[in-house]
Order: sequence, then structure tokens, then C-alpha cells
Amino acid sequence: MAATEAREAVGEYKSGWHDPENATIRFDFGLSEQVVRDISALKNEPEWMTEIRVKAFHHFDNRPMPTWGNMSMLEEIDFDKVCYYLRSSDATEKDWEDVPEDIRNTFDKLGIPEAEQKWLSGVTAQYESEAVYHSIREDLEQQGVIFLDMDSGLREYPELVKKWFCSVVPYQDNKFSALNTAVWSGGSFIYVPKGVHVELPVQAYFRINAKNMGQFERTLIIADEGSSIHYVEGCTAPTYSTDSLHSAVVELIALPGAHIRYSTVQNWSTNVYNLVTKRGIAHENAKIEWVDGNIGSKLTMKYPAVILKGEGSHAEVISVAYSGKGQHQDAGAKIHHLASNTTSKILSKSISKDGGRGSYRGMVSVSPKAENCKLNVVCDALILDDGSRSDTYPTMEVANPSARCEHEASVSKVSDEQLFYLMSRGHSEEEALAMIVNGFFEPFTRELPMEYAVELNKLMALEMEGSIG
Amino acid sequence: MASDKPVLEISNLHAGIDDTPILRGINLEIPAGEIHAIMGRNGSGKTTTANIIMGHPDFDVTDGTVELDGGDLLEMEPWERAREGVFLSFQYPQAVPGLQVGNFLRKTVAAIRGEDVAKGAEFRKTLKDAMTELDIDRSFLGRYVNDGFSGGEKKRFEILQLMLLQPKLAILDETDSGLDIDGIRTVAKGINAAVRGTDSGALIITHYSRILEHVQPDKVHVLIKGRIVKSGGPELALELEERGYEWLETEAENSA
Ligand SMILES: Nc1ncnc2c1ncn2[C@@H]1O[C@H](COP(=O)(O)OP(=O)(O)O)[C@@H](O)[C@H]1O
Ligand SMILES: [Mg+2]
Repeated sequence: MAATEAREAVGEYKSGWHDPENATIRFDFGLSEQVVRDISALKNEPEWMTEIRVKAFHHFDNRPMPTWGNMSMLEEIDFDKVCYYLRSSDATEKDWEDVPEDIRNTFDKLGIPEAEQKWLSGVTAQYESEAVYHSIREDLEQQGVIFLDMDSGLREYPELVKKWFCSVVPYQDNKFSALNTAVWSGGSFIYVPKGVHVELPVQAYFRINAKNMGQFERTLIIADEGSSIHYVEGCTAPTYSTDSLHSAVVELIALPGAHIRYSTVQNWSTNVYNLVTKRGIAHENAKIEWVDGNIGSKLTMKYPAVILKGEGSHAEVISVAYSGKGQHQDAGAKIHHLASNTTSKILSKSISKDGGRGSYRGMVSVSPKAENCKLNVVCDALILDDGSRSDTYPTMEVANPSARCEHEASVSKVSDEQLFYLMSRGHSEEEALAMIVNGFFEPFTRELPMEYAVELNKLMALEMEGSIG
Repeated sequence: MASDKPVLEISNLHAGIDDTPILRGINLEIPAGEIHAIMGRNGSGKTTTANIIMGHPDFDVTDGTVELDGGDLLEMEPWERAREGVFLSFQYPQAVPGLQVGNFLRKTVAAIRGEDVAKGAEFRKTLKDAMTELDIDRSFLGRYVNDGFSGGEKKRFEILQLMLLQPKLAILDETDSGLDIDGIRTVAKGINAAVRGTDSGALIITHYSRILEHVQPDKVHVLIKGRIVKSGGPELALELEERGYEWLETEAENSA
């Protein structure tokens, strides 16, 4: 690719560099039962895990592509041109000094060690298929909090993992949850004991470096009775002219009275498919919140879900999506009210620009036995130019008449008068647009840790650069 | 150190939108330290004049010049004009949901007067004093710019910005409408403080003489169909109040 073309492809994306690839183990492209068995063997896994991987592989292999979302983009995925396992460092280090230099520099540039010092309880940094760095504050460890990369979790707590793995997202759930279950590697395993409150967030950062890479992390968080935790994740990748595939599965279990908040700022480069299944189960009086920001990727299909299983439980899904040139963010939320007196709130904000496409796909249901449920759904779209597109596909299935449902949707455009007002106050057209866009996202950013909110605002300001014709 | 150039000098300004002429040869000169008023019926071109001075991209200037302190304004982008010292208090200020007033004010003062002015205890004090003077509650800072503001709140917010930005040229487009008499007095105080005894100037657009009782204008201009047909002292405002615009319209037609 010519240099100018490369620059055009990178555009305003600021995390698009890549390191030289120094793989210690790299699987050939393509997927087969053997590849799945090899991954499992390499990791010395218990038999039951190998079995479930193999079953999941066959399910994936036989399952057709979804017939909704962006089918033409999905059809472009070539599963034979993906590397399903790549290891760049043979160990997960506890000290950044021990992480290979190139990789350490990348995480430095992304500001991870700095954030760790300032405001986090623990960090896991995954590079390609494996965690290369991991830490947790001692006081949390002493209180019995388990925070490990998923592979270590399986090695050290096989019974806990066996009990909960696939209990929230069965591999048969969809084609990509099957794929993830077959080839998963990395991700986080967290257990918070009864009554323990993890005050500062723990963070996971996912970086893809190689071309045509597949990253399939698997995360399982169990918050025991009356405990609480805030998990934040971020991700970036180099910009390449060929596609990469990121397909994660995240399972959350909030036991009675527990509170899990899971925040994501997804900023993959625009050659990454991001097809993720995220779901949590909330037991009695538990609370699960997904705070989900999708800025990057080529195609995202992601609908964080909560099953309100216990009485008095509560779910929130607050999401923003930005779709620029060549991007489609097909995002939304799913909430199932299975028990009485459960409440939920969905707030979805999407912006499309330069021909980008944003879709809100929402599903809220109330089962016949669930009395006195309250549901609130708000989706707002902001369209920045004529070629861009926004659609909403809301579904509500309410089988109990005592439910109170509210639904609001709006689509708006940035007006010239709004821009002129801000420009008359000394702000360039790009700054003015960034102010409007960040304002639109404000109900979301105020839910993020401050450092992430600042980062998100900066990202959006970059996206608005050079956008004015 | 008043410069010898007027703060604002408009010569033979012709402008319109989509080939429809709106302004048809405006001449106007505001020397340093003076306050001028433009009066005229709805649709006569008052807001268009303000928009063109500020640089609204929808309008095309077909002839004439607009200068600030002798510098050509028409060459500049709106934000450059703002940084040069042009301020417009809008007839219809725009809402920006999600943009907090406090944050917006800090960024705006930084953009126009410099980062240093927008920081620290001194800025906070200036802001607090200005808000007290305008009778604006502290909670205002956490609200979103013009979002859900009442008519009066919007106008007070415009004047708050005027006070913080200290422009060379303040244009106030119907700032008096939507304000009660106390509001008008406060606004008038703000304008007088910003202009009198300085080398700044102000242009007050209104169709009532009410505000002019509190800000003694040096000159009053009457705009009819995109032309200034008469200029005079403050007494002209009172005359218009009594007689309306018809006599001037007839005069204008006879001379056209
Ligand atoms: N954006 C616009 N598009 C089309 N016509 C406009 C626009 N703005 C002003 N006009 C026209 O220009 C004339 C003057 O309007 P305006 O300057 O708003 O008057 P005033 O402020 O004196 O009431 C009116 O005929 C109005 O319809
Ligand atoms: Mg007007």
C-alpha cells in the first residue's frame, strides 16, 4: 500500500501504529477441530474444557450467519484468513519492566501504566491472544478478591469456572458465541467475595497488533452477595487494509444484592469486525449496568443484555455509538424481566457522519409472572450530514399488564444556527461541532470514570477534525 | 488610546440570500465609546445586518465593506471576528444540550481572551460577580447552554457573556424583548459599563424605545427595507414611538 493510501486509511485514528510482530507461537490461518484441540492442548486444559470447545466449534461450523444486522459486511468475513491464536510473550508479567519492550512501549503510549498508578485497583493487558501483564492491589487480594486473566482463572479455580462458564451465554446462543467458546483465549476472571466493595475500577485493555488477527477473549465476573465492582475495558488496534476479527463473550453474575458495572470504550481501528456477546444475570435486588461506548471498528454487532432473574433487581444499559466513514455500529440492548418488581433503563445515543450507519436494536421483555415491572427506553440519534444513516429497531414484548413502559426516540440534525452560535463565540467550526457532539454524548460520558470521559471527548474532537467541507 | 478609526464602519453594504437582496446599501459608522441604535419594523433587515457583521455563512455580500478598527471583517471567519472583538447577543440564542454553561463559558473566554484569563481564582471571581450583578443563580453553571431556558434567562445569559468577553464591538439584537423592566435596567448597566469611557462601541437593535431610556444612544438609525433612511439623536427614538414608521416609509418611497 502506498504511503498516502496508508495515511488516508489511518485518517484521524491515533492508535493505528503497529509493532514488529515477534510471535513466539503463531498458528496458521484457518479453523478446524484440530486447531481448537491444539489451542486447548497448548493451554493444558482439563478435559471438560476441550470437550466444550470442540462442541462449540461444530456448532459454529454448522450455524449459518445471522440473517439480520449488516449481512453484506458479515459475508465479507473470510474465516480461513484469520489467525486464531498468536502468542507474543511467554508469560503474564507482574512488573511492566518484564514485559517485552515493544509491547511495553505500546501500552505506555496508550497510557495504561499511568492510569494504573492513578486510579485503578488492578489491570490486565492483553496483547493478541494472551495477557502480557497483570496486577491487582494487595489489599484486594487479602480480602479474597480474585482478578486473573481467564486462562490463569481456569488453572487456579477450575471448579468455579466450571460452575459458571457458559451459564449465562451458552455457546449455542449465536454463531459468534460458539466461535468464541471454541477458540477463546485471555480475557478476565473475577470473583468478588460476599460483602466486599472494590472501590476503584479494575481495567482490562485489549490490543490487537498483528494483521488478520482474531482476538477471542472470554470474561467471567461473579459478584457474590452484597458485593460490588466496576470493570472498565478499552481496546485499540493498528490500521491495516485487511480485516481483523474480535469476538468476545462476557458473562456477568450478580448474586443477591450485588452490583456490577461494566464500562467499555471500544476504539478498534476501522478494519476490525467487533462481534461480541455480553450478558449478565441479576439475582434478587442485584444491579447490573452496562456502560458501552462504540467509537471504532468496521462493523460492531453488540447488544449488552441483562436477565432480571431475581425480584427487585435492576438493569441499565447506557450506550453511545459513533459511525464514521465505512462504519456500521449495530448496537443496542436486551433486557428480560423474569421476576416481579424489576426495573430497567436503556439510554442509547448514536451519531452518524460521512456516510456512517448507526442502528439501535433493542429488545425488552416482561414475562407473564413478573408483576409491577418498570421499563424505560430512550434512543436518540444525531445525524451530521445527508449521506449518513440512522435506524432504530425497538421490540417490546410485555406479557404482564402491570408493567409500566416508557419509550422515547428522537432523530436530530446539527443545525447551521447552532454551529453559528458557537462559532460567534470564538470556536472554529470543528470545535463547535465537537462541542455539540460531546454535549449529545454527555449523558453517557458522565457515567464514565473521569479519565475515560476526557479520553472519549478527545476522541470525538479528533473525529470532528477535517470533517468540514 | 482611542484609535482614529471608528470601531465599526459599514460602507455601501449590499447583501442577500439565494439571490434575494435584503440589505440595499447600508452606511454606518460607530466611533469609539459610542452607542448607536438601529430601529425598524420586523423584516426590515436588522438581524441580517447583525448576522453579516458576525459572519453568518448563509448570507452573500454582493457589495460594500465592513471594517472593525480599520480591519476588513468580511475576509474573516466568524470565530476570527469573535477573537478580534465582535460580539453578538442573539435575538434567538441556540440551545446546545449536554454542554454545561460553566464549561462553555470557560472555553469561550479562553478562545476569545486567552487561556490565562479563563483560569484560576480571578476568573471565578469575575464570573461570580457578573452573575450576581445579573441576578443569575449559581446553579445556572451546571445547566446546559440555553437548553430549557426561559426567554429572560436566555437574554441574561447573552449579557453575562458580553460582560465576560469585553468585546470591542457589542451588537445586541433585541436583547430587550423578553426582559422585564429590571432586566432591561441590568442589561443597560452592562452595556454602559462595557462601552462608556472605553474605546469600544455598541449597536443596539430594538423596536422599542424602552431600552434606550436607560442607555442614552449617541445616534439612532432607522432601517427600512434594507436601507438606513434616517439618522438622528435619541429624540428620534421617541418620535418613532409616537408616530410609527409610516411617515418614514412614505418619505423613503418618494426619494427612491
Ligand atoms: N435565512 C434566511 N433565509 C431567507 N430569508 C431570510 C433569512 N433571514 C432573513 N431573511 C429575510 O430577510 C428579511 C429581513 O429579515 P431580518 O433581518 O430577520 O429582519 P428583522 O431582524 O429586521 O426583523 C426578511 O424578509 C426575511 O424574510
Ligand atoms: Mg430580527
